[in-house]
Amino acid sequence: MTGSALSRRRFMARSLALGCSLAASPLVTPVTMASAPWDARLVVIILRGAMDGLDVVRPVGAPEFAGMRPGLSPGGHDLDGFFELHPALSNLMPLWRAGELGFAHAVSTPYRDKRSHFDGQDILEAGTGMDALGRVRDGWLNRMLQAMPGIEAETAYAVGREDMLILKGEAAVANWSPEAALALSPQAHRLLELVTHDDPLFRDALIEAVELSRTDLAMMTGGEDLEPGEMMNAMQENMRVTRGGASSESIARFAAERLRGDARIAAFSLGGWDTHAQQDRMLPRALAELQQAVVSLKEGLGPTWQKTAVLAMTEFGRTARLNGTEGTDHGTAGAMLMAGGALRGGRVVGDWPGLAEADLYARRDLLPTRDVRAHAGWVMRHLFGIDGAMIEGTIFPGLEMGGDPGLVL
Amino acid sequence: MRFDPERAAIRFGCGLSARHAPPSDVAGMLTRLQGQDHAAEMFPIPGFAPIHASLDEVGQAVRKQRNGKTEAEREQGQEERRAAVRRIRITGAEWFRQSLLRRALGADGFRERLTQFWGDHFTAVGKGGPWQVAYLPYLEEAIRPHLSGRFADMLKAVIVHPMMLEYLDQKRSVGPNSVAALRNERLSGLNENLAREVMELHTLGAGGPYTQADVRQLAELLTGLNYDRVEGFRFRPAFAEPGAEQVLGRSYGGETPQLSAIMTAMEDLATHPATARHIARKLAVHFVSDQPDPDLIAAMAARFEATGGNLPEVYGVLLDHPASWHDGPGNVKQPIDFVGSSLRALDLVPRHVPSGFGKLRRVFLGPMTLMGQSWGAPLGPDGWPEADDAWITPQRMAARLQWGMTAPFTIRRLLPDPREFVETALGRTVPEPVRFAAASAETRAEAVGLVLASPAFQRM
Repeated sequence: MTGSALSRRRFMARSLALGCSLAASPLVTPVTMASAPWDARLVVIILRGAMDGLDVVRPVGAPEFAGMRPGLSPGGHDLDGFFELHPALSNLMPLWRAGELGFAHAVSTPYRDKRSHFDGQDILEAGTGMDALGRVRDGWLNRMLQAMPGIEAETAYAVGREDMLILKGEAAVANWSPEAALALSPQAHRLLELVTHDDPLFRDALIEAVELSRTDLAMMTGGEDLEPGEMMNAMQENMRVTRGGASSESIARFAAERLRGDARIAAFSLGGWDTHAQQDRMLPRALAELQQAVVSLKEGLGPTWQKTAVLAMTEFGRTARLNGTEGTDHGTAGAMLMAGGALRGGRVVGDWPGLAEADLYARRDLLPTRDVRAHAGWVMRHLFGIDGAMIEGTIFPGLEMGGDPGLVL
Repeated sequence: MRFDPERAAIRFGCGLSARHAPPSDVAGMLTRLQGQDHAAEMFPIPGFAPIHASLDEVGQAVRKQRNGKTEAEREQGQEERRAAVRRIRITGAEWFRQSLLRRALGADGFRERLTQFWGDHFTAVGKGGPWQVAYLPYLEEAIRPHLSGRFADMLKAVIVHPMMLEYLDQKRSVGPNSVAALRNERLSGLNENLAREVMELHTLGAGGPYTQADVRQLAELLTGLNYDRVEGFRFRPAFAEPGAEQVLGRSYGGETPQLSAIMTAMEDLATHPATARHIARKLAVHFVSDQPDPDLIAAMAARFEATGGNLPEVYGVLLDHPASWHDGPGNVKQPIDFVGSSLRALDLVPRHVPSGFGKLRRVFLGPMTLMGQSWGAPLGPDGWPEADDAWITPQRMAARLQWGMTAPFTIRRLLPDPREFVETALGRTVPEPVRFAAASAETRAEAVGLVLASPAFQRM
């Protein structure tokens, strides 16, 4: 083992030599952060699987509702005398009372009739009409970035392990998932710097990865250096976590930390909304993740929360009536959640279509009375000052924004 | 620069192996490719038969779920549907394992790389139910048998395959004046998706010599291509638009819709000079460099044109050209190539590679998603990106590193001596810092991880 001890000493000498030139070395280039031409923050959460808007924001004032939804989980919170909030979102009621939480109801994308999750999510993230289904390869948040001057690679973050169409496209977007967090012992870190030193692509990616890992690492180790054995344990632990994906809390915390700095846009997705059976058991789990994400964003953003708008959107709603397995099937219109200090909350906006048989879409679904893109468009219009023609022509092609719902303060 | 055995194994194969000597020359590589498919025999993956069977099971369950007379019957239908999807996903995970074993243990790495290349060129993503695991059976049936044949034959196999007909909506495309549309107005939609991608992605290339009118005409010509859930491909004349169509100035078909007219058009598109250039460029970018030598592209395109798209002839030009043997840095390996070549370097036997849906997801599929490659499911029909910097982002780099440090230990437990492993994995040309890191890391697992994470191993 003397050989290995010797070579270790030789290495230490080398890395000391490396240390001397650190100041001038590209090794310590900080993560490049560039500010965008505006100060507001936008977070888009894609709710994959079709959230049941009628159960989350319940129209208890509609005479037909009780009959359509027998056995609704009790304990909902009154919102405005007509709508009631699902009890699994109780911790968001303080936000509602502070005017920092609102909903748009009876909204949908232009997607109709086929009710496929995959196509529905593609349309939601592409931001197009149905005519473009399968043809558009970039997302509406990316097209928004393309339309803005002064956007840099760190202006927008897609958070989470999977690619998100909503941020795909020509504009540079950063991507990070807390489960990628690197737990490196000092020795391993130095050796990695050594082996990547002559390849700028790898070297720079490593530097940024180490930098981005700090938030999560601090939670793992309390800020201490890792001992060799601990490093493998921490990595194994990360591999284990990878099975289920990162938690909504760690994703939201990471997004908040970036947004508190120079990032302006973040997007991530939450799953578990496809409640075909036992909805009273399944839906609260998904809602708990959503609630946790909103709460963690607010906590993590601190004062920046006042400049922030969070939009949580889903591909379509669910059937108005409960099905035979105490769940709901794929429908049409649903609800969008809006949160953040930049918004005028405390209201459920929307043109309520009613739940009578004749008022339903195809006699089964809540009828869409407004394109969900119009709300997102108006938020961008006021939050970032984006021209209406740009929104209707490029970001959401074919959209008619219609009247201003006054969502932004 | 000229042919080099180790470089051939790394750049055109699945990496170096302690078990298989690298290819000794170009002729040997081409002969092996055109010979028997030993890897497929050792590690079989079925064609579409199990997918059809599963689609049938799911279809019957859904019918019961919808039309069951009692609630109990409907619930049973729902449970049967779930169980059927669960079964095929568990089975499908083992196919993925087989594809890894082919990379880790097969003698013909070039064949595996070409399968991946053409599968990506003809991207078809299965969405929902049994389709989720249909990618590998699709490659086995439509791609792999044509690797060393004519490009036109691969194209013809792809455009009649249920996987492609489903993915690009051809199943739902109906001629506006077809018999079916005249009988039922709701069936009147022409869908241009497949027609557009055939020209833009599969043959002529974006910016190729075609117009929207050609897309429309080709879409009309392709109507009738359809499939049956159980039987597979079916030409449905009732869906086909009657009359001849003009594509790129040539007329195809007549009053009676015929499959042969579609195949004639495919033949013409497949052998078009623009197609030759498009394919030549894609091969060069995939195997050689993000910015390939224009002369290499021109030489391959010329051979493609001269031979009517005879693929081994084109590969021959690729492998003979000096530009293909530049001494780096080469392209960054895609995650599947990184994982596959790591396994190959680790000198496994099949029982080392974990089996079972949960383990495969934990050890391979989950980490690969974090590396940016959700296996078999790129975001769009243009497939996976080729640019190096699409793959080496902070998150993706971290995921590669994390996998390299943990997965080999999970798989093998008894890891090789890192000082030997670095030679097995990188061959004669080990960069000094990598050799040093392999000998200086604090544990074997870290040392192996450092070798696998090094640009010398990550690049081809």
